[in-house]
Amino acid sequence: MTDGTPGAANSAAPILSRGSGSSFLGDVWRNFCRHRGGVIGLAVLLTIVALVVLGPYFYTVEVGQPNYRARNQGPSWDFPLGTDNLGRDLLAQLLTGGRTTLAVGISAMLLSLVIGTLVGVFSGYWRRLDGPLMRLTDLFLALPILPLLLVAVMLFRDTLRTAFGPETGVFILLVTVIGVTSWMHTARIVRGDVLALKRRDFITAAQAGGTRETTIVLQHLLPNVVSSIMVSATLGIATAIITESALSFLGLGFPSDYPTWGRLLFDGVNFIQITPTRVLWPGLAISLVVLSVNYVGDAIRDALDPRALGR
Amino acid sequence: MKMRRWITRFVVAGTALGAAAGPAFGERGSDGDLKILYWQAVSIMNPYLSSGTKDMHAASMVIEPLARFDETGNIVPTLVSEIPSLENGGISEDLTTITWRILPDLRWSDGTDFTAEDVVFTWQYCTAPDGGCAQRSQFTDVAAVEAVDPLTVRVTFSVPKPYPFGPFVGMSSPIIQKAQFESCVGARAPECTEANFGPHGTGPFKVRELRANDVVLFDANQYYRDPAKPAFATATLKGGGDATSAARAVLESGEFDYGWNLMIEPEVLATMEQAGRGTLVSSFGSLVERIVINWTNPDPALGSLRSTREGGEHPFLSDPAVRRALSMAIDRDLLVDIGFGEAGQATCNIVPAPEINRSTGNDDWCLTADIEGANALLDEAGWVPGPDGIRAKDGVRLSMLYQTSTNSVRQSMQAIIKDMWSAIGVDAELRDVSSSVFFGGDPGSPDTFQKFFADVEMYANNFDGTDAESYLAEWTCALIPSPETGWRGQNIPRYCNPEYDALVAKLGETAEEQPRAEIVKQLNDMLTADGAHIPLVHRGDLSGHVNTLAGVRMNSWDSQLWNVADWYRTE
Repeated sequence: MTDGTPGAANSAAPILSRGSGSSFLGDVWRNFCRHRGGVIGLAVLLTIVALVVLGPYFYTVEVGQPNYRARNQGPSWDFPLGTDNLGRDLLAQLLTGGRTTLAVGISAMLLSLVIGTLVGVFSGYWRRLDGPLMRLTDLFLALPILPLLLVAVMLFRDTLRTAFGPETGVFILLVTVIGVTSWMHTARIVRGDVLALKRRDFITAAQAGGTRETTIVLQHLLPNVVSSIMVSATLGIATAIITESALSFLGLGFPSDYPTWGRLLFDGVNFIQITPTRVLWPGLAISLVVLSVNYVGDAIRDALDPRALGR
Repeated sequence: MKMRRWITRFVVAGTALGAAAGPAFGERGSDGDLKILYWQAVSIMNPYLSSGTKDMHAASMVIEPLARFDETGNIVPTLVSEIPSLENGGISEDLTTITWRILPDLRWSDGTDFTAEDVVFTWQYCTAPDGGCAQRSQFTDVAAVEAVDPLTVRVTFSVPKPYPFGPFVGMSSPIIQKAQFESCVGARAPECTEANFGPHGTGPFKVRELRANDVVLFDANQYYRDPAKPAFATATLKGGGDATSAARAVLESGEFDYGWNLMIEPEVLATMEQAGRGTLVSSFGSLVERIVINWTNPDPALGSLRSTREGGEHPFLSDPAVRRALSMAIDRDLLVDIGFGEAGQATCNIVPAPEINRSTGNDDWCLTADIEGANALLDEAGWVPGPDGIRAKDGVRLSMLYQTSTNSVRQSMQAIIKDMWSAIGVDAELRDVSSSVFFGGDPGSPDTFQKFFADVEMYANNFDGTDAESYLAEWTCALIPSPETGWRGQNIPRYCNPEYDALVAKLGETAEEQPRAEIVKQLNDMLTADGAHIPLVHRGDLSGHVNTLAGVRMNSWDSQLWNVADWYRTE
């Protein structure tokens, strides 16, 4: 007995780690790799994130510093991507702007994910909440985001500005508004999944066994809807980035000298004939991120598909 | 059914052809539709309830003053037979009355007769208590307006008026019809939507439909006094978009015949003009791009007392040294070079024209940038740079909110000026507000330039006509915008100086041209020296029209559409 227990533990450990850790994630990774678009998307996305995060440490040109002798320049050694009409370096702005844009995208996505999952699980699992919560979802779906943002800017801008400073204040405002207006699709998808799962035998078994409802939700339901959540997360980033760009494009959002990709695009539009690169690069960056995130999301969904995992 | 439609179409085409066959500008309505693009959309057609330039321009197509200014700044008769003067007896010897003789047989667009009673009513309308008339300053010192007979109007002033062409001259005081507005006097004025949106007028066009903040549709006025005009049968005044898309629509694609205020980067404009479809027209009036300094405290914590005199002085802009240093740090020539090109000149005046009024009083310290001088001034005043390079005194940092309207040139200027100010240890946070909101004058919005919930703001303004008296009167204490006046009033900096008020009063009593010009210069110098604002650039008005539109006489002294009756199509 004293001999057998450690042995059993020893032999069980590798099986356990292979069974639920390495093997599951390994399977997912292998399936993911089979999706060529997903792999390319991931590579592009990681490159962009690395550039944006690490870039400003290596490329140390001061952002937004006008240089009146070098206006409307094309690409050169001094200015790898050229300059704008005030002689500000485009590459430096693009790298710094990317940080804001990605940060807004990811934070807004997280917020909408949390709200969406909560609403989805609650309305799917507790029948009494279903009606009110889904009507609320419909209500939010019907809300137009731009007028809502205008109102939000009017109501909260000055308060947030005094409390957190202009950039952080607008950041919080944008993330909140984008998050609060984009959780509805996640909620609907999660609700659908939960409704289907709820009738499955293992849930009935857990309920019959007297498991507490919170435990059922956390341990049995959520792990099974995680693939849908992941997919809507990736799509959420794309939506959030596009919304932020649209808002900057409309002149709402961050101060005009605070670069984001949307703002760079907005400022560059007038100059499309003179220095086309001013529109090209931010536009390309936005498109690449959105596209690659979509492909990665696609690949993750395929990879997490139980039928594909079984193969 | 189809057949009939075809026939109708032929008939219509035939009529159109018949019309087109006539002389190029000999017939009313022969040139089809005139498409005008104002990227600030029109919200009302009654200039007495709006101080927006776009509204006044749109209204000038429909309702007209007794006389207006031509492109050289001369007063020309519109609804009268001649301009009153001392020589022809229209102005009395003691300078207190002016008598206008109205043209005979004038008709309103509803067919009724235009009489002196309408002129009298216009005065009553604008001066009615609680009316909130936006053009109240045009009627300063008017004691009475009387109809001597149906075609003669006499304006009596309470003081001798050496320049009596305030009331009923220029686009800001057109005549409105008594019959239509009779029940809209005083507090009821804003409620008369139908009248405010579609006033009956004497102008070449009449309103068919106004969709607020979108488009105004006009038809030629069949009762217009010149039977051959206007050459266009209809007109469409579309609003919205921005200056760039407007420039493109006129200069590159030719979708619109006339585009107003094409303020975009000179290099971009030059590229567009190369397309060869349109022409830029410019003229210099009295338009000055300026930074207005808030003398009151815009702190949100003050609640309803924000940016009012009751809310107290500004924490650091109340210091004259700071105001002067801000002005000295700016290199105006660079601003002209980057933002305006041909259509701008560096200036330190708020009254830059006409020539007789142009002062050089502040040019020595203000016109050329002097960073060292500005730094020395701030050092002397006790503003010490902190660890982040921003100056501070007693815990107050020189950090400002700098707002303007959304416009790519203005954002470039903001960035440049922020850079210049950083050289003297002043930090600026930039904000841009959509033009339609910023200039919209909606008392419900916190972002209008009148409310001025910021430390400094930048925009351009001018005066209509050539006499600066009523314009300079805008900086008197009485015209400070506040919640009580619905934020109307043009003293945006909240400048209040009894000495200045006294001098404005003196200007009102001075008759001869030369001494008047001297006082105008003094007032102008006082404003710049005290730092009510920082004048930046004397701007030309820049608009564009397609090459097939003729007759445009670009006017900076009145509405740009002042002679729209004379516009016609060429091939």
